[in-house]
Amino acid sequence: MNAFSPRATFQLDGVDVPFDPGDTVMQAALAAGHYIPHLCYHREFKPHGSCKVCTVRANGQTVAACTLPAQAALAVECVTPELEENRRTLVQMLFVEGNHFCPSCEKSGNCLLQAVAYDLGVLSADLDHFFPSRPIDASHPDLWLDLNRCILCELCVRASAEVDGKHVFALSGRGMGKHLIVNAESGRLVDTDIAVADKAVDVCPVGVILRKRVGFAVPIGKRRYDVEPVSAQAKADAPPAPAAREGR
Amino acid sequence: MQAPSTPSRVDPFLDQVLARHGADPFALVQILRDAQVRHGWLPPAAITYLASRLGMPRAHVEGVAGFYAFLYTEPAGRYRVLFADNIVERLAGSEALLERLCSSLWIERGKLSEDGLVSVDTTSCIGMSDQPPSLLVNARAIARLTAERIDEIAELIREQVPLDAWPAPLFAIDDNLRREDALLQSRLEPGEALRASIARGQEQPLERAGNERSWRELLPALPQGPALTLEEIKRSNLRGRGGAGFLTGLKWEACRTANGPLRHVVCNADEGEPGTFKDRVLLARHADLAIEGMTVCAYVIGASSGFLYLRGEYEYLLDSLQATLARRRAMGLLGRGIVGVAGFDFDIAIHVGAGAYVCGEESALIESLEGQRGIPRNRPPYPVTHGYRQQPTVVNNVETFCAAALIARHGGDWYRALGTAKSAGTKVLSVSGDCARPGIYEYPFGVTVRQVLEDCGAANPQAVQVSGPSGTCIGDAEFDRRLGFEDLPTAGAFTVFDATRDMFEVARNFAHFFAHESCGFCTPCRVGTTLVCNAMDKLADQKGSLHDLARIERLNRLLQASSHCGLGHTACNPVVDTLRQFRPTYERRLKSTAFEPAFDLDGALARARAMTGRDDAGAHLGAVE
Repeated sequence: MNAFSPRATFQLDGVDVPFDPGDTVMQAALAAGHYIPHLCYHREFKPHGSCKVCTVRANGQTVAACTLPAQAALAVECVTPELEENRRTLVQMLFVEGNHFCPSCEKSGNCLLQAVAYDLGVLSADLDHFFPSRPIDASHPDLWLDLNRCILCELCVRASAEVDGKHVFALSGRGMGKHLIVNAESGRLVDTDIAVADKAVDVCPVGVILRKRVGFAVPIGKRRYDVEPVSAQAKADAPPAPAAREGR
Repeated sequence: MQAPSTPSRVDPFLDQVLARHGADPFALVQILRDAQVRHGWLPPAAITYLASRLGMPRAHVEGVAGFYAFLYTEPAGRYRVLFADNIVERLAGSEALLERLCSSLWIERGKLSEDGLVSVDTTSCIGMSDQPPSLLVNARAIARLTAERIDEIAELIREQVPLDAWPAPLFAIDDNLRREDALLQSRLEPGEALRASIARGQEQPLERAGNERSWRELLPALPQGPALTLEEIKRSNLRGRGGAGFLTGLKWEACRTANGPLRHVVCNADEGEPGTFKDRVLLARHADLAIEGMTVCAYVIGASSGFLYLRGEYEYLLDSLQATLARRRAMGLLGRGIVGVAGFDFDIAIHVGAGAYVCGEESALIESLEGQRGIPRNRPPYPVTHGYRQQPTVVNNVETFCAAALIARHGGDWYRALGTAKSAGTKVLSVSGDCARPGIYEYPFGVTVRQVLEDCGAANPQAVQVSGPSGTCIGDAEFDRRLGFEDLPTAGAFTVFDATRDMFEVARNFAHFFAHESCGFCTPCRVGTTLVCNAMDKLADQKGSLHDLARIERLNRLLQASSHCGLGHTACNPVVDTLRQFRPTYERRLKSTAFEPAFDLDGALARARAMTGRDDAGAHLGAVE
């Protein structure tokens, strides 16, 4: 491609967004500093489109932006009353599916689920809570797992396999029985080869995979999303230049 | 990556299982099925052993095992009894029979007996709706259950009689063929359609053939047969019989022209839609026709490998299907140089499912074939270009392949003359429910619902669930509608409910079905199907309000707009259809017309009352108005 030829663009809520061949709508939008709400998408990993929070309307169809290939002249609607209402319900679904008690959660303020919910204006769970019984695994000396907060985004599964090369995490069960498991016959984290510095630990968007003894080192009020809402941080998150983008 | 530690002890049984499948990670589901035979479940050590021998992460193997309903990661007993829980089975009295078996065996439903001998639970429809109630015991089907049969089964289990020694009549399954048309009447000789396809290429002038690229055309012995046979399939206007109705000719052509060194043909015999059983009968009586259709497809697209994905519930058909494949190999109709044509190499392996409705979705089916959890893929790309092992793959329903074989033999014009303008050919229906003669009925497309109801002897019908819960529920005002893509599309299920039935309970049963079968990949379907269930249960408990009805409608819109696959898109259909047509059955369950909480505040105080020893009026919320 000629370096001087203008990049192709699609329209996101009426704004032209440039993209490179192979980009998804999500990748191109974030790279250009446009926020599309999302939970299971992470720019370093191959998108799989499970949370559906990034669902947009394109060509008359509703489709996940993180797996939608960008095409020239595509008209994408992202912020419409209907799509925002759907996003709120999806986030509420994730809240009632698990046990999320923000006031007592050490991830509060750093939690993407909480941040996206605030950003979308979710004021209550609205739906009936499931109150599932989910275990806590504190077997590891330096890490612990609180599965009550798992939103099944699979980012730890992908990070452990693709970056750490360990396959510490996987999913088992199906439907409402779907749950995170660890790579050990005992089912306990201590019997895996996870390490504190693993990408899988860092990537958890919610309060499931946590380091011990540092829970409140950064006080409430000074945490990432206490400072600025997630949508406003999208621009800061955007990689500096398209050429430097990592991952797919 | 951490090297999987090799277990010091060798397990000859598991090594044998692995060897049977070439220790191929793609065969993981089959390996786990076979490994389970020893203990009736997959102990953690067995999963660890298989993972290390396959060089896979243990968690991955456990995750696959945990996905399928018929793979057990906890002890489930030497006898694992699963009652079919489809609404038709319930209306035939399955629940009372389940209770009878449980009390006879002194066990609690869903729990393993203390001696580890037996467990009794429910499963989704097992394809026996024409002869309910029915159950599976260790994947073998027993139909037409009665109290006497239940007592006999209880006795056999108590006496610990091996399944192979149970009386054969128990396992007898009726075909219940009621009406035959072009497909079921056909008596094709094995190889007849194949020879017709090849002859077509030799008889027709070369210029009639299409010019699309396919390596088959390079073979001198069959100049234009594949292209000309494809033309017949296209001319026939055959559309897929699995429900979506995609034009078969276009699908084959897209696969034929796709890039890739290897192509695959997959027969989807994973019919899991509650109320359908036509593939069971087609595979029992017309297996040759289905396999011939697959082979014709292989000839047209240039495929070398084929799979028949048999739902786990039909495992009892496995032996006869293997025998059919063996016979066809011996006749030169499978294997190398089929019907004497050098280079026409194609063979079929049977993959047995393990209890997952979602695997009827073609990309989830391919994931399952590859030994993965049955999660539908993101599309595009579609299987015709990126299917099994990311190679071009045709996936068609059993009935579609049967019809394709007939078209290859008799021509596209012959087939297109059957049925209606937009729905060529015939449709095999699985008729069940409130009718005198449940069973298999084949009609040319365009038949009215009323005609089918008359033929099956439905007295006083109130509603028909067309194409199963993911299809459409229609009331008597719509009985003159016609089955076909232009009006009422159907994959074949035709479930009749007479005027004595409560359509709310029908819809509630279907809501539970979808929640049970959701793969759990996407948020809306995973959580939404359970929310719909909970709302229906709340209504059944007479605790519902208009708010709950509105919420169901709202969830329906969300699932339609954002679910990952067709399961979520259609999961609310039965509830929304019955709400539209039979709203009074919902409204009479409403406690009030305003909001009612699901949470019982007064009930939550019961423990406090017990602890304080108070139970006077002041200790109840209801009294404090």
